[in-house]
Amino acid sequence: MVCALGIEGSANKIGIGIINNGNVLANVRRTYITPPGEGFLPKETAKHHREAILALVQASLKEAQLKPSDLDVICYTKGPGMAPPLLVGAIVARTLSLLWQKPLLGVNHCIGHIEMGRLITGAENPIVLYVSGGNTQVIAYSNKRYRIFGETIDIAVGNCLDRFARIIKLSNDPSPGYNIEQLAKQGKQYIKLPYVVKGMDVSFSGILSHIEELADPSKRRNKRKKQQNESEPEYSQADLCYSLQETIFAMLVEITERAMAHCDSNEVLIVGGVGCNERLQQMMGIMCEERNGKVFAIDERYCIDNGLMIAHAGAEMFKAGAEMPLEDAFVTQRYRTDEVLVNWRKD
Amino acid sequence: MTLEILKQGAEGRLYIGEFKGESCLIKERFVKKYRHPDLDTQITRQRMKAEVKAAGRCLAAGILAPRILHSDLNTHKLYMEYFGKAQTAKHFIQKTVAESDADEAKQLLEVLCTRIGSIIGKMHANNIIHGDLTTSNILINPNLTDYDVIFIDFGLSHYNQATEDKGVDLYVLERALLSTHSEQPYLFEHILAAYRQECGKEEEAVLAKFEEVRARGRKRTMIG
Repeated sequence: MVCALGIEGSANKIGIGIINNGNVLANVRRTYITPPGEGFLPKETAKHHREAILALVQASLKEAQLKPSDLDVICYTKGPGMAPPLLVGAIVARTLSLLWQKPLLGVNHCIGHIEMGRLITGAENPIVLYVSGGNTQVIAYSNKRYRIFGETIDIAVGNCLDRFARIIKLSNDPSPGYNIEQLAKQGKQYIKLPYVVKGMDVSFSGILSHIEELADPSKRRNKRKKQQNESEPEYSQADLCYSLQETIFAMLVEITERAMAHCDSNEVLIVGGVGCNERLQQMMGIMCEERNGKVFAIDERYCIDNGLMIAHAGAEMFKAGAEMPLEDAFVTQRYRTDEVLVNWRKD
Repeated sequence: MTLEILKQGAEGRLYIGEFKGESCLIKERFVKKYRHPDLDTQITRQRMKAEVKAAGRCLAAGILAPRILHSDLNTHKLYMEYFGKAQTAKHFIQKTVAESDADEAKQLLEVLCTRIGSIIGKMHANNIIHGDLTTSNILINPNLTDYDVIFIDFGLSHYNQATEDKGVDLYVLERALLSTHSEQPYLFEHILAAYRQECGKEEEAVLAKFEEVRARGRKRTMIG
């Protein structure tokens, strides 16, 4: 029996979760929401987290109906992520660990997502598509590591969506991706966009510049092209959102399918913030049906960054005997998924 | 005529069939219902054409590739040469590692990597970019004395002189080897060494670009 408290704050979400032997006791979260057209900056995000975190710790204990002495381990996100917000979580985790005299563990954010997905869906050994604002990876487990088979060679898929939402001034509440998904439902016309797949890797930056020019012709880089295309039809925002989603999700499903064929697997698990997009889940479902596979997806409570996933992954590590001396309890912006030795999995 | 399905690959279904009396492999890129019909048609046509063209270009350059016997854009089917005794390089590597002792396996795999590297070098010298270099897309086909190394799956290929594309091609292969054959980290260096011998006069420029693409990839190690 391991009861773990997890603190996550690698991006614009700050969340605390408590898990007891696989049972969810608390999962509270607050999101730093910026005005339309603006992204979140490290300094301001850290300030938001500092103001919210202590109340969240108290709320989580209350929700779980636990005292600090009931906990076995305090876990926090060690990386990857933005340093200032990561530090907020790490400092609170170190303080609580000293104050309550509990062991401390730093957790890789990506591993948190994967383990949470496996816990909630019960998927045994799936190909994992990890899609969020900072990451786009196709992952498979082999020989005690989560190995990266495919990934983006430039920006992350969520970053592409967020930045497009900023260009067309969509609201960031509750998230830019959610608002694109809703607007895309009204889209009818499919606009041809670049489609860039390189083996099991993808690239999104060209698509973003292309659609930026379509959405706002004044942004055209090539002046001559600008004059020529003056008569070009204007596209509605809904059509742009629809076409963007259709194109980039098709790319993601394709590289996932390629990884499935390469690794002889027929299960897929989608994790990360973009993973709660229902259109992506639907497309992945159709692909799996066509090859007698199965897709596992989770909803926004567990998909979007949360403290619970850090608590769960930390608890697994703790059970496997992981220890972390206080002087190693730092944060790091760079921390790849395949750097972690997955010694808690038996296969 | 119903055909027996051999395998469902990443791009389509593979059947054994015949064309004008010759036994052949039929690759059907069936309609993928998950993607928009316009996008699906565009991708399927593009990839079928790419596959036919690249296979032809390889053969013309003296590189082994499956001969394309016939292509039918309307039924999305390609009829091509079938290598019944072949296995993928992925299986070959895994089998060699499992069946031989470490030094012997290393030696056998070095020979294989040298051959793979020279073929990729030759392809690039002829401006053929494969686009999806993995050990699943390389066949080991036994012949009388030894084996032939045959590249397949040219759906993502294109014809380009740009060093960028060649660099990305190498990067995709390096990543595929690191993830698929993580226990044999020496494979890629042998491929690269042999590649340098064959890739032609642009060797330095391509390798510089490759390093640049790698560095771009390393930047991606941050932000979760």
